[in-house]
Amino acid sequence: MSREVKGYTLPVGPQHPLYVEAENLMVTVDGETITNVEVNIGYIHRGIEELMQRRNYLQNIFLSERICGICSGIHSVTYCQMVENLLGIDIPDRAKFIRTIVLELERLHSHLLFLGIMGYEMGLDTLFMYAWKDREHVMDMLEKISGNRVNYAMPAIGGVRRDIKNPESFIRKLELLSKRSDYYLNLFKKDRVIRARTRGVGVLTHKKAREYGIVGPVARASGIVHDMRKNSPYAAYEFSGLQGRWRVVTEGYGDVQARVLVKIRELKEAVRILKYALLNMPKGQLKVAAPLAVKPAEAVSRTEAPRGELIYYGISNGSDTPERIRIRTPSYTNIMCLKPILEGQQLADLPVIVGSIDPCFSCTDRVTLVEERTGEQKTVDKNYFRRMRE
Amino acid sequence: MDNNRHGYADNGSGADMVKGTLYRILEKPLNYARRKSPWILHLDTGGCNGCAIETFAILSPRYDMERFGALSKGNPRHADILVISGAVSRKIKPMLKRIYEQTPEPKVVMAIGSCAITKGVFHDSYNIVGPLDRIMPVDVYVPGCPPKPEAIFDGMLRAIEKFREKVEK
Repeated sequence: MSREVKGYTLPVGPQHPLYVEAENLMVTVDGETITNVEVNIGYIHRGIEELMQRRNYLQNIFLSERICGICSGIHSVTYCQMVENLLGIDIPDRAKFIRTIVLELERLHSHLLFLGIMGYEMGLDTLFMYAWKDREHVMDMLEKISGNRVNYAMPAIGGVRRDIKNPESFIRKLELLSKRSDYYLNLFKKDRVIRARTRGVGVLTHKKAREYGIVGPVARASGIVHDMRKNSPYAAYEFSGLQGRWRVVTEGYGDVQARVLVKIRELKEAVRILKYALLNMPKGQLKVAAPLAVKPAEAVSRTEAPRGELIYYGISNGSDTPERIRIRTPSYTNIMCLKPILEGQQLADLPVIVGSIDPCFSCTDRVTLVEERTGEQKTVDKNYFRRMRE
Repeated sequence: MDNNRHGYADNGSGADMVKGTLYRILEKPLNYARRKSPWILHLDTGGCNGCAIETFAILSPRYDMERFGALSKGNPRHADILVISGAVSRKIKPMLKRIYEQTPEPKVVMAIGSCAITKGVFHDSYNIVGPLDRIMPVDVYVPGCPPKPEAIFDGMLRAIEKFREKVEK
């Protein structure tokens, strides 16, 4: 990305009404048309991978949960799965189902949140109010299960912490949500104002999506059939009874409307999974014992977060702290497609397009050191950070 | 321009600029209007987003902050209450100071969540320079990881109270 692009450069961020989190987009415009975009991330970098190497495996569950407040459940589940893979232990079936239920509830709340933000960015505050009103039902369910609205602290290494009591009591609210998602689907397909704002805007073609390695609902909106729940099943998705209940949702056009429709249709699929999982939970214990120290090994855990594929890779060294943990988050991959989808678009469409890839920067921010005087970028080893702390 | 112990310039806020004749005439009606509807600016400065979505939730129908006149605004120059969540990262710190200076007096700062108050789980990270009250004076603290919307709501009401006191002073 060169800086010699002609036109006027408009900074969007670090503080901008577009999103709460501090991020910076340098948008070059020629008249009203966007000609170039530079994404500057790193405002929310907290050095979690380095912190994880100084905490033990149990403390890291809570740290991994606080990578992202929206995807907190999937982060801790993926971390626990990675440690279970390191240890080579298998968790009880009931724990798998409870994990799946929490993850799917999380997907519901994340997608409804996205829908509300989309309305907010289109200037349609009514949609924001509707979606966030429905989201409160999901938050109630999560609070009933885990006692908390955002950081659920449900998974433990070797199982889950809490049981779900009265699973039948959630069905009524889930049916309500299924009905509401029909309403939203109809709204995004039929409403003339929404169609005018979203159709044909910010198109990401199938070819470009493959090139940039896009994951999650953004990739599925461009026609890529890719979902870790089907590709490499984990937790309760391993059970064929549950696998038969739902399908991977895809759309073809890859525009903003397609991305929203994928998420709305995924709401319905999530309700289907939840209904089956709640009513067919196997009996049994919640947790198996796991040792504190982990023998030297390497392991990977791949899951489908609400925003796409999430990978944890860990190396253990025989002690109770990990040697190295690497986290690859979906938003970090998806943020790369901002350049191809924003180029050639109108400036007024920028909020809608950026919102449609559902950026969540708290898991995205990486560190790049830039020498202040020369502007030179360099790579450093982890000992540099250790010195920096002292 | 002398800097106080927090290291920010006191004159950047525009408080001195508006002390003209026009302001003296308009002071009373302006303050009356501001007392009724304090607008908020919400910024996440290196947290996990958890506090951010819970702060956003108080604008949603179930809690509905707007009935107290509080409206979320994107511009610090329009804001009366700064709602800051998250431990402060190295890169955002200068921006945060600027945002504080751009907000017109009188202003109230709220620190949401454990991270903003004590740096929380990220206390020994190399990139965190917080907590927030080392960077700017904080009026209202809302603890929790993340605090429930009810708690943020309570903090917001206290912030509004404090803001009214400051306006009337």
